[in-house]
Amino acid sequence: MLEIKNLVVQIEDKRILNGLNLTVNNGEIAAIMGPNGSGKSTLSYVIAGKEDYEVLDGEILLDGQNVLEMEPDERAAAGIFLAFQYPLEIPGVASMTFLKAALNAQRKARGEEELTTPDFIKRVNAAAQQLEIPKDMLKRALNVGFSGGEKKRMEILQMALLQPTFCILDETDSGLDIDALRIVSEGVNALRSPDRSFLVITHYQRLLNHIVPDTVHVMSSGRIVKSGGKELALELEANGYADYRTSEAA
Amino acid sequence: MPAVQETIDQVRSIDVDQYKYGFETEVEMEKAPKGLSEDVIRFISAKKGEPEWMLQWRLDAYKRWLTMREPNWARVSYDKIDYNDIYYYAAPKNNPAPKSLDEVDPEILKTYEKLGIPLREQEILAGVEPQNRVAVDAVFDSVSVATTFKEELAKAGVIFMPISEAIREYPDLVRQYLGSVVPVTDNYFATLNSAVFTDGSFVYIPPGVRCPMELSTYFRINEKNTGQFERTLIIADKGSYVSYLEGCTAPKRDENQLHAAVVELVALDDAEIKYSTVQNWYPGDAQGRGGIYNFVTKRGDCRGRNSVITWTQVETGSAITWKYPSCILRGDNSRGEFYSIAVSNGMQQVDSGTKMIHLGKNTTSRIISKGIAAGKSDNTYRGLVSAHRKATGARNFTNCDSLLIGNQCGAHTVPYIESKNASAVFEHEATTSKISEDQMFYCQQRGLSEEEATALIVNGFVKDVLQQLPMEFAVEAQKLISISLEGSVG
Ligand SMILES: Nc1ncnc2c1ncn2[C@@H]1O[C@H](COP(=O)(O)OP(=O)(O)OP(=O)(O)O)[C@@H](O)[C@H]1O
Ligand SMILES: [Mg+2]
Repeated sequence: MLEIKNLVVQIEDKRILNGLNLTVNNGEIAAIMGPNGSGKSTLSYVIAGKEDYEVLDGEILLDGQNVLEMEPDERAAAGIFLAFQYPLEIPGVASMTFLKAALNAQRKARGEEELTTPDFIKRVNAAAQQLEIPKDMLKRALNVGFSGGEKKRMEILQMALLQPTFCILDETDSGLDIDALRIVSEGVNALRSPDRSFLVITHYQRLLNHIVPDTVHVMSSGRIVKSGGKELALELEANGYADYRTSEAA
Repeated sequence: MPAVQETIDQVRSIDVDQYKYGFETEVEMEKAPKGLSEDVIRFISAKKGEPEWMLQWRLDAYKRWLTMREPNWARVSYDKIDYNDIYYYAAPKNNPAPKSLDEVDPEILKTYEKLGIPLREQEILAGVEPQNRVAVDAVFDSVSVATTFKEELAKAGVIFMPISEAIREYPDLVRQYLGSVVPVTDNYFATLNSAVFTDGSFVYIPPGVRCPMELSTYFRINEKNTGQFERTLIIADKGSYVSYLEGCTAPKRDENQLHAAVVELVALDDAEIKYSTVQNWYPGDAQGRGGIYNFVTKRGDCRGRNSVITWTQVETGSAITWKYPSCILRGDNSRGEFYSIAVSNGMQQVDSGTKMIHLGKNTTSRIISKGIAAGKSDNTYRGLVSAHRKATGARNFTNCDSLLIGNQCGAHTVPYIESKNASAVFEHEATTSKISEDQMFYCQQRGLSEEEATALIVNGFVKDVLQQLPMEFAVEAQKLISISLEGSVG
């Protein structure tokens, strides 16, 4: 379970999150929607531990642990995963090599045995097959020269492999073609489990048709201004954010 | 060489600072009077029991040196060196010279053990496949203290011994080749070396012989205020093959120390020499105090047809590196290769590269250079590729990549290309990349620590060059690189 209480965050003297409250229970899929610039990516970065963001107030607890005190890699080992809105390129490091290093680093941090190479390859191949990622792509440097959609798929492959407990998907649907959207959604749905929760950031209902959320939250000016069930997304799709923008002034 | 790995782990776990080889050995030393003069040169020559021609050669070099000026074209800066404030000869007091390992000062043996260089043949043999054995010449300040596997190599006709010994035992061979690749007058530091060189290795591989094991020399500067001027000469006769590796370390000190070496390689028809260096001289502290000035001249002469010379270097140490291992491609169809990883961190300055001089027909060369700059360091690749009028069909491929870690370091690429033959084809590729904070965060988000992420990216960056090293050394070099870059991020 992830609990965010009264989170206030600024960057370079600009306040972006203004007392944000949000709880995501185990096994829950929570969707966050909200206008451009409302702070959705910022929230995901702060949960994952990116530097530069100054947390002025509030707390983030993962199963009761104070996340804000942990280094990004410790958070990853504790089960937090962020599928980036804009995945980074890592030149010179084959995707396969990167995946193995990441997986083993997390296992080591948790005091588990490192995976043997055959065991690892079996897992990657299974995950790659499900996401229809060709094997030779795994030999290329991670994300270097990948198309936008390929990068997003690679994010989900990493998620499938690392088996995190709290997954943030930041606009994973953008850049995906119709088939890829289905494949990726199926990949995410296959990972649904009672002890894994998701925070799905998106602008469009079409993703939520595939990945059906339990709750939908509307974010505006760095706050959750409305929460509801999956029907809230449909309402937003029809009416836009007009109703919620007005609350910004308050 | 399992000992190497263990030692690295061991030393790594004790030492708080990044440089793991900074300890000093307490041995009684004998030194020449401080400063440089004809008398000092005579002293060195006498200590080595050299023939008259050698002394004369040194004195001529000295006279020449007095007329020369220190070069200033490299992209490095340092306080003026006072050449009279240096000891030019320092050797452990142990006369007469040790004849076997049992006579070597145990303190010195311990030093090499600590460095992970086993000198006792039995110890080297334990658990090592015969084909993976390495013969070692250990040079401690100005003298060679031990050379292993000499007898076994002699059976194959290979001569591997300290150059001071070779001057006495094989004067004709030495006289024929010494200075034939790097002339006495070549450059300021090479000329200085010619006057005062103290020890180094001599290798001769007879025609048609494939040297039965890796040869290596391990240089250790121990004494304070002492320069190290080693001289290495390797001759691969027709159709022979040798792989040679050089390693170096020095204690931590606040003063700078000068290391001005000369290495000459000669490959005759169909011969091949692979020369690898893992250079880890003390780089100085975070404020740039102390460290070795590594001003060396290394050159290989592909004198024969179809000969091959490969330079592979992993440079992580020294306060200043000024070094351009080069190939003169004289023989038709000869090939020169240069593979380099130069890592700089802290306040280190590196100006390094190569020269490929194409003289013969259909000569080929290949340059792969990977510069990694971190901290406040400066890392320059300087390379010359030239084709002589007669070098029809000459070809070069150069790939020169720089990786920057952090915002305060610099990387520069200075290629020189001169072609006097229209049929020569030279290709040059260069890239500069940077590990950004965003990339670092991405890696950490996947569970990698900053160190692991840096090591992963750096390993990816250097792997083409590491592959060129003998396997055991590749592992050692990889560790060395990550140790050198410790604390470079964040
Ligand atoms: N380094 C920075 N310096 C200044 N402002 C920043 C910085 N990073 C983000 N911001 C600002 O913070 C606000 C929130 O950005 P964020 O990326 O979190 O929005 P978002 O909700 O994810 O938007 P989108 O839907 O377009 O992805 C924006 O106004 C953005 O310009
Ligand atoms: Mg965003």
